[in-house]
Parts: sequence; structure tokens; C-alpha cells
Amino acid sequence: MTTLSLAMAAVVAVLYSVGFYLLLQRSLMRVLLGVVVLGHGANLLLQLAGGPPGRPPILDGSTDTAGMADPLPQALALTAVVITFAMTTYLLALGYRSWVLVGHDEVQDDLEDRRIARRRTVKASMGEELVDRGDEAGVDPGSAAASDDPVAQAPAGDRT
Amino acid sequence: MTATPDTRVPWDRWDAPAEDWMLSGECPAGTERTLLLELAARILFPTVLVFSLYLLLVGHYGPGGGFSGGLVAGLAFVLRHIAGGGSDGAQIGARIKVRPPVLVGIGLAVAVVTALVPAAFGAPVLASVKVGFHLPLLGDIEIVSSLALDIGVYLLIIGVVLDLLRSLGSGIERDAREATSDQTGAA
Amino acid sequence: MTASMLPALPVLLPLLGAAATVVAGRSAWAQRAIGITVLSAVAAVAVVLLVMADRGGPVVAEIGGWPAPVGIVLIADRLSALLLLISTVVTLAVLVYAIDQRIVDYGRRTASTTFHPIFLVLSAGVSLAYLTGDLFSLFVAFEIMLAASYVLITRRTDATRIRSGMTYVIISLASSLLFLTTVALVYAATGTVNLADLATRVAELPTGLQTVLAMLVVVTFGIKAAIVPLHFWLPDSYPNAPAPVTALFAGLLTKVGIYALLRTRTLIFPEGHPSTLLLVLAAVTMIVGVLGALAQNDLNRLLSFLLVSHIGFMIFGLAVSDAQGVAGTALYVVHHITVQATLFLVSGLITRRTGTVSIDAMGGLAKRAPLLAVLFAIPALTLAGVPPTSGFVAKLALLQAGADNGPGTAVVAGVVVLASLLTLYAVVRVWVRVFWGEPKEPLPDPDPHDDLVVGTARTSMPMYAASAALVVVSLAIAVAAGPLSGITSRAGDDLVDRTPYRTAVLGNGGAP
Repeated sequence: MTTLSLAMAAVVAVLYSVGFYLLLQRSLMRVLLGVVVLGHGANLLLQLAGGPPGRPPILDGSTDTAGMADPLPQALALTAVVITFAMTTYLLALGYRSWVLVGHDEVQDDLEDRRIARRRTVKASMGEELVDRGDEAGVDPGSAAASDDPVAQAPAGDRT
Repeated sequence: MTATPDTRVPWDRWDAPAEDWMLSGECPAGTERTLLLELAARILFPTVLVFSLYLLLVGHYGPGGGFSGGLVAGLAFVLRHIAGGGSDGAQIGARIKVRPPVLVGIGLAVAVVTALVPAAFGAPVLASVKVGFHLPLLGDIEIVSSLALDIGVYLLIIGVVLDLLRSLGSGIERDAREATSDQTGAA
Repeated sequence: MTASMLPALPVLLPLLGAAATVVAGRSAWAQRAIGITVLSAVAAVAVVLLVMADRGGPVVAEIGGWPAPVGIVLIADRLSALLLLISTVVTLAVLVYAIDQRIVDYGRRTASTTFHPIFLVLSAGVSLAYLTGDLFSLFVAFEIMLAASYVLITRRTDATRIRSGMTYVIISLASSLLFLTTVALVYAATGTVNLADLATRVAELPTGLQTVLAMLVVVTFGIKAAIVPLHFWLPDSYPNAPAPVTALFAGLLTKVGIYALLRTRTLIFPEGHPSTLLLVLAAVTMIVGVLGALAQNDLNRLLSFLLVSHIGFMIFGLAVSDAQGVAGTALYVVHHITVQATLFLVSGLITRRTGTVSIDAMGGLAKRAPLLAVLFAIPALTLAGVPPTSGFVAKLALLQAGADNGPGTAVVAGVVVLASLLTLYAVVRVWVRVFWGEPKEPLPDPDPHDDLVVGTARTSMPMYAASAALVVVSLAIAVAAGPLSGITSRAGDDLVDRTPYRTAVLGNGGAP
């Protein structure tokens, strides 16, 4: 059981709160920043799990490991950093795709959910079934979202 | 390619640069060029690549390894893309003949095969052996078989970075250029 | 070739295959051959592992020769080998379906540098998640799997799919970071990430800390497994992906979450008595899921809500948390992986025939496509648990476990019956509205060159064959219910006992 320095605990807390706050934003770029900050927070936490900072690394030949740094959290954090790196690039690409396709990078509401909610309220208030099948037959639900937005149509290219 | 002379170099030209020092003529829009950065990139590019190889080789005992080595090498390509690419990132694709996904595939294959090979000798998967030998001038050299895994990761990371440069670097620039040309064409 | 390398093969072979398909990026036939060969080989390895694990106890591979608490181990016990086998079989069928759909849509010669490699990487991630004996490797496995799934769900995007893809990606990323936090806290508290070692170490912790860690695990995997109230992302994101991708996700990804929950709950946080929290969650999940399904008009969304509902069934067996309940969950997972993937594949065929995902716009399909009517009816009835299908067998196992464990579980067992009946109502209503009534003309496809399977009306025999093969597998599960429930009940005993797993990993009775 290791004790944690208050400063580090505070840093972790700040990183987590900032990260989750950003994660809750609509814009994908802020979400991306949130993932990065949150990733830093998680990695810092992983590092702190290995004991206080500043200890010497494990040396070849010495058997007394009491004062030495725990290498495992460092290895774990390294892996986690790689994964966060991959996710960051992926989110950047996704944000760019979204910008190309719909003209912004905002996370949108689910249209089908809204449609069901609307149907329920109208039905309740009017006591009869709302007939608005015309616009939804055959068209994929949710694609109406795009038609509201100015679609910045740039050629997509053949990127992955 | 300018770097393949098919005639012998005249004696009075032997110390001339073998190829154009600047990436002149490859940037269509002169305003987007940054002379200082181009020059720095030209000097730094090979240096950083050698440094990445150093990181790759010392990685087993020192700080470094396949991933960081690959990332540093990738940064060299990024620098070159920024400096030489400007509006035309095809530069990297033109100089490097192998397609980035193939590089990723080869790297992954090397890494996985390295993991599987020890099993053929009855050892656990991913086990490694040390091979030590003596070379004149260089002294005792110890190579760990997991270096092959690092090389695989190194190639994979370079491939990923190049693919990112291709799709998100020059790809975005191409999209933007086509979008502006469409607009001017329409107007 | 030694036995100790076998558990590594299901992870390494797909990765090698992925590398090969990238290098062979210009030859579509080579890619298809590699994909099918690799997955068949993995299925064969899974059979061998299952037989070995059933006869001689868990098969362990120490990676790099490092012994257990320090190094990473891969371990195939009955549960993981069984799930690995069924997952690989389903993945193989989905791959055949996907290959053929690509042939129909893009022509025989169109290769892809992303689809085949990513598909195999996903398979490697799923295998690693089943086989790893290490909490951090489990995180890595989830990341491999999810990263591949992000790419699959946002490939060839249009405006709709990018919206649903974003929801999925952000929720998954949040849960992954939560998982990483859990790993860090677990390591800080115990100093190990080895699951078998954790079984000992966590028990030594103060009760409050144990509860915190257990809750973190439940929330993390609850998001991945789509337990109500953490399910909201699933019906938003799955329905918009191409049919094979949805089938794969619905079949495998949520079940990997269930598997992780099953493994950690039984091994690290055993309660020894029915867990009230999980019982409530199971009941709520079952009811909310099936009621959500009844409100839907979109076929894929309806199936997604049914998926959520049936996650509740699996949580129920886990909540009972004795050997019988855990065995019931294992059996249910096996059954549900098959049947849910089948339903989404058949739904893909239906939407291709009718040109819509809206159930109101369908009708009278039975006359035009009788085979499709049968292919949808069998897995639909299986999902509802009509005897003598595999769903009935699995539900029976759960109900028995529920009935034998006091009044609390018996009440939730009643909810199981209710949810099953509602599921039956939902699927029968869908079947009637889609296949009976006045035939409606198939709608023209607005854009034939996207993966969005709307109204291309183009299908091919192998797509039917792949779906039919999965139907046969689910029927075979019902036929082989005896031996299968034998394996799952032995697996349940092992899971609750914990000793075989810990002995296999750590030796000497799991003592540190």
C-alpha cells in the first residue's frame, strides 16, 4: 500500500475533472482534448500506483529491491500511452471526416429517438395515430439530420 | 530522380552536390515555401533517422525501443512533409516506393513471426535469447532476439505515420485544393 | 509445437493473417483466402483447447517464459475455450457473409486494405480478451477489439453513420479510460494485475475498498456489455453499421463485456450469495430492453433493443452467482452469440430485399422470399426461447438456477419469463408484419455504392448460406444441449470453485 502525495492527488483530480468535462462537450475536437487529458490523468494515476517518484530503476545484479522504482506501472503506462496515441489520431481523422461530410464535427442527437418521443406526445395529445410515414419510408432514419445542415461536400478521396 | 547520374562526374564537379540542395521546383506555390525550414529539414532528416536507428538498437537495455524509434523516424518524415511538402505531400510517396500499408503489414508480420519462432524450438511464445559475440574494433556485442520484435514494431510505426501523412496530411491538402479549384471553377 | 503455445495461437494467427492481408492488399482473392483460412485454423485450435481444458484442466501459456504473477499468462479454461470456439465460428460465418456482400456490391476483384485486416485484428482482440489471465492485458484486448470496431463502424461513412459512429466511439473511449483507471487503482491497492493473484490479494483488502473496486469493474464492463442504464449508446450506434458489422458487434462485443464481468466477478469479487444490485440491474435490463424493442419501427433498432434485453438474462445468471447460475450464463452466452448474429445477418438480407429498414414499409415478403421467412423465424423463436430451441435450453438453465436460490432470485426468474414472453410477442409481431400481409414493392436504392444495405435487392447464395449455417449452429446447440450443458456446468463449478484456475496459473494451490 503506497501513500500518495497530496499534490499528485490534486493533479490527478484536476485532470480527471477537466477530461470528463471536455468529454461531455458536443464538439468532437473538445472530446478529443478530453480524451487526451483524461488519458494523461489515467497514466499519471498508473504511475503513482507504482510508488513515489524519483526512485532509482532496477539494476542488474542487485537483490535489494526495497527502494527501487516499480517497473511494471511504467510498462503499463507506456502501453496505455501508445493506445491513447492511436485513439487520438483516430479521433482526429473522424473529426475531419465529419467536417467533410456534414460541415461540422458535433455529436448529434439520435433522430429515431426524437421521432419516437414526438410520436408519443402527439398521440397523447390528439388521441389518434400521427401519420407521418411519407418522409420516413425508405429513407434511413437520421439522414434528415444531414439535410438540415449545410453540407460541405468536398471529394472524399480514398482514404481509410 | 535526380540522384541517379548515369554518366561519370567530371573531375572539376566532384564536390558539387549530387542533387539539388533545396526542394526547388517541387513546391508549386512559391508563397508556401519556408527556406529556413527546408534547409533545416534537409540537414535534420538523415540525422534524425540515424538517431531513430540508435534508439531502436539500444532499446533493450537503455531508453528507446521499437516504438519510440519508430516514432522518431516518423517525426523525421513529418518534418520533411511540413518543410518539403507544403502543398504537395506526394513528395514522401514519390521518394518512398513502398506503400505505407505494406510497411505496416511487414512490420506486424515480423513482430508476430518473432513471437511464434521460439515456439518452434519448444520455448514459450515470445521467449528471447541473448547472442553474444566479439567483433574486432567494436568489442563485445550482445544481441537479444527480441530485437526482431522491435524492428517489426519500428517498421509498423513508420508505416502508420506515413499512412497518416498520406491520408491526413496530403489527403486533406488535396481535398482543400480541389475544393478551392471547384469554387473558382464554378465562379 | 508444444501444448503451451496453443493458447497464444488464437491471438497470433489472426494478427499474422491481418499482416498478410495488408501486404496482399491488391489481391482480393488472396485476402479472402487468408481470412477464411486463419479463422478456420483458430476454430480448430479452439476445439483442441476445449477438449484439453475439459479433460485435463486449464491450458496455460506463459508469455516469454515469465512465471505467473510477474509475467503475462494466457489461459484457456472451459469457459474461455468454449466462448472462443463459438465466437470464432460466428466470426467465420460473418466473414463469409461480408465477403459475399462485398462481391455483390463492389465486384469480385475489389480488394480492401482496411476491411480484411481490421476484421482479423478484431478477431485477435476478441481471442485475447477470452484467453488472457491478466487485467491489463484484458484492457489491451478491449482496446484492440474496440479500435478495430471503431474503424469498422465508421468505414465508408455517410452523414448518418458518422453520427452514430461518434456516439459509439466516445462512449467506448470513456469506458476504456474508466477501465484504465480501474487497473491503476487495482494495482495501487494490490500490487498485481494477474487475475489469479488478484483473487487472493483483493480478498485481503478492506471491505470498503473491495466494494469500490467491484463497482468500478461493474460500471466499466457494464458500459461495454450495455447493461441498463448504461445501454443507451447501443441502439443508437449498432443499427446504422453494415449488416455483417452489426452482426459481429452484436454477437461478440457485448458478450466479451459479459465474459469479462463473469470472469472478474467470479474470480476476484466472489460474493457467495445472490447479488442484489446485479439482480435489480438484470431485471431492469430485461424489461427496459424488450419494452424499447416494442416501441421500434426500425428493424435493426428493434433487434438492438432485444439485444440489450437479453444482456439482462446473462446478468441474471451472474447475479445468482452460484455454480448453477454461472453455468446458465455461460450457456446463454453461447446460445445468444449465435442467434443474435444470425438475426442481424438475416435482417441485412431482409433490408436488401425490401429496400427499407422500416417495418411499416415491409409486408408480404413470405411469398417473394420464403427461405428468408424461415431463416428469420427460426432464430427469432430461438431468441424468444420457444422449445425445443437452444434458447429454451439456456433459459431453462437460468430459471432453474433462479428458482433454487431463494425468493429474491425467484422473483427475477419471473421477470425472465415475462421478458421471454414479451420477446416472443415482439419477434412474432415483426415476423407477421414483415412476411405476411400485402406485398409492397421494394424501394430503389438511393445510392448503390455504399455499404448501407438499403434496397439493393441484390443478394447472393453464399450470404444465405452463411446465415443458414448459423441457424444450423444454433439448432445444433439445441441438439447437443446435453454435452454442452455438461461442459458449462463443469465450467460453472470451476468458476465458483476458483481453485483450478488459480492452481493452473500460480501452481501450489494459488498461494502467493
